[in-house]
Amino acid sequence: MTALASEQPEQPGKTEQPGKNGTSERTGEPEKTARPTGPGLAELGRGYLDRIRAGELGSLPAVAGLVVLCVFFSLLRPVFLSNLNFANLLTQSAGSIAIAMGLVFVLLLGEIDLSAGYASGVCAAVLAILLTNHGWPWYGAVAAALLTGAVIGLLLGTLVAKVGIPSFVVTLAAFLGFQGVVLMLLKEGTNVSIKDPTVLAIANNNLSPVLGWLLLAGCAVGYAALQVRRSRDRSRRGLAGTPPVLLAVRIGAVVVLGAVAVDLLNQERSRNVLVSSLKGVPLVVPVIGALLLLGTFTLQRTNFGLHVYAVGGSPEAARRAGINVAFIRIAAFVICSCLAAVGGVIAASRGNSVDPNTGGSNVLLLAVGSAVIGGTSLFGGRGRVVDAVLGGLVVAVIQNGMGLMGYSSGVKYAVTGSVLLVAAGVDAMSRRRTAQR
Amino acid sequence: MTETPLLELRGIDKRFGPVQVLHDVALTARAGEVTALVGDNGAGKSTLVKCIGGIHPVDAGEYLFEGRPVQVHSPRDAAALGVEIVYQDLALCDNLDIVQNMFLGREKRRGLVLDDATMEEMAAATLKSLSVRTVKSLRQKVSSLSGGQRQTVAIAKAVLWNSKLVVLDEPTAALGVAQTAQVLELVRRLADNGLAVVLISHNMNDVFAVADRIAALHLGRTAAQVRASDVTHAQVVELITAGRSGDLGLQDTSKGAAA
Ligand SMILES: Nc1ncnc2c1ncn2[C@@H]1O[C@H](COP(=O)(O)OP(=O)(O)OP(=O)(O)O)[C@@H](O)[C@H]1O
Ligand SMILES: [Mg+2]
Repeated sequence: MTALASEQPEQPGKTEQPGKNGTSERTGEPEKTARPTGPGLAELGRGYLDRIRAGELGSLPAVAGLVVLCVFFSLLRPVFLSNLNFANLLTQSAGSIAIAMGLVFVLLLGEIDLSAGYASGVCAAVLAILLTNHGWPWYGAVAAALLTGAVIGLLLGTLVAKVGIPSFVVTLAAFLGFQGVVLMLLKEGTNVSIKDPTVLAIANNNLSPVLGWLLLAGCAVGYAALQVRRSRDRSRRGLAGTPPVLLAVRIGAVVVLGAVAVDLLNQERSRNVLVSSLKGVPLVVPVIGALLLLGTFTLQRTNFGLHVYAVGGSPEAARRAGINVAFIRIAAFVICSCLAAVGGVIAASRGNSVDPNTGGSNVLLLAVGSAVIGGTSLFGGRGRVVDAVLGGLVVAVIQNGMGLMGYSSGVKYAVTGSVLLVAAGVDAMSRRRTAQR
Repeated sequence: MTETPLLELRGIDKRFGPVQVLHDVALTARAGEVTALVGDNGAGKSTLVKCIGGIHPVDAGEYLFEGRPVQVHSPRDAAALGVEIVYQDLALCDNLDIVQNMFLGREKRRGLVLDDATMEEMAAATLKSLSVRTVKSLRQKVSSLSGGQRQTVAIAKAVLWNSKLVVLDEPTAALGVAQTAQVLELVRRLADNGLAVVLISHNMNDVFAVADRIAALHLGRTAAQVRASDVTHAQVVELITAGRSGDLGLQDTSKGAAA
């Protein structure tokens, strides 16, 4: 994921000095745009520093926070670093990360979906009822849950984009409404347990160690091939690209981090091996990985994704460019609710059952927090799917680490809330920075 | 000139709720010519431009393109005809880079995937043809550009598409002396290359420097459309401020009969 974090186009070179309107337009200089020299490493580094100074922090705070928190907790509670806890951390955060990934699309437009938590609850309830009460096969029930998500998103998106009700109001109403729907579906609070082995496997099973290595190898080769091909193509056309050294560092980092993670997860983490063996990469990891790839591809490589950014940056400019702004808005809400449905399925699998609290309590706030802590702006126009993963891990580490230290839920909520506030503050300040130029 | 004008608007009415902004406005633009559109603040110039670009639907009137009546209901319709507009407020997305802004809504793709390299090449070639040398990287976000550089990007975006009609709404308002001269030179060059250009400006020197024809709007009505060589500075200023100048212009502003 660190590699995907640096997927966005490089912006080599220094940024223009602000406040020099007109006077900075010297005409006698040699042509700069036409001369496609690859930027040196030093120049790239300077460009990166300048961007940070200008308020474009990207994933930096989330990555730094993750490292600091991990060091902090593992010093205070060595068990934090255990294999078992590492695997737990990943499965704990998966559901919330899926919801956060969907929220990124909506946040990019400068909108909000407060109902994503309970939407995931509704979809989970649909899944459980179809599986357990109606005996549907797992693929039918999962498809129905995803379809429910799509319909919810269509409804919310249409109310926002076509009717013109602010998304805050639409989704606040839906927040209450869906809470009611979950209660009605579950007949006033009964708990529907899930027995289907395939659905249970999603959040409870692990890949075999060999499969884990194969998956990592596949990802690494694919990633390296894509990066190298892109950079080759650019330099063949004489366009400034990423220097080979940086490319190698990036690919190397993916391989090393991935290998460490797979190796840790492949070690035995069962307390009693004689009873049952517990090892391998949790199945949710490739699930989240696939969603991350798909989401990143959609946002960074397709014109649909570009239009999402455009509408988030300036709806009027997007409209004048001939973009169907209402369609983009509706599509973003559909994607958000579909990913909420995925989150619901993961939560149902992890809990072995669905009850009226599935998707309730702090699920939505943790998901919004994940996206924002990861670096997605609440003001729209800035953010990536990988933010949801990084932020989601930060949130999970806080929850998990404080749990290990024996703090009550009250303290955990308060701390997570404060971290969200800090992240939103950083977002607001960096926005002011960029606006000042 | 006997050939049909590229763009001909007749009897355009436009109201925003109770406010009628354009009354029976006419405008023609010919290929190979620069038509200056002048008028006081609030005369309705930008509104007319947005009607041409399909941003605002017109309430009444005819829109003829190459002599044929056409329906322009959206920016896509206008672009399909070959009409490109540089809006007064530029309409760029701050969070996107220069290339992304220039191709917004009309991205080059290879299959499903954006063809970034081709777009960057085309953008670089266009900026080079406009002799733009002040942007450091085409992958710079527009939010990091100066006012003049943003203006240049907006103009380059309009020129990129081999259009037939380019409309520029006060393109020099944010520019320094050298850049203004460059933009005016570009405007002239576009017309000399056979495009029809409509230029909105408050600066009479600029207007007389490049325009072949001048269309004056007064309080949402067409005051006059004349050859630049047939009028003086003072006459145009009178047309702008009073709607008439001698026997030119609106003879009775209260009833608004066009000249
Ligand atoms: N969307 C709108 N809704 C209501 N009134 C509008 C709208 N757009 C423009 N107007 C009104 O239409 C009139 C003409 O505005 P317009 O922007 O076309 O003037 P302009 O000639 O371009 O002026 P300037 O030289 O200052 O740019 C103004 O009185 C303005 O208030
Ligand atoms: Mg105007």
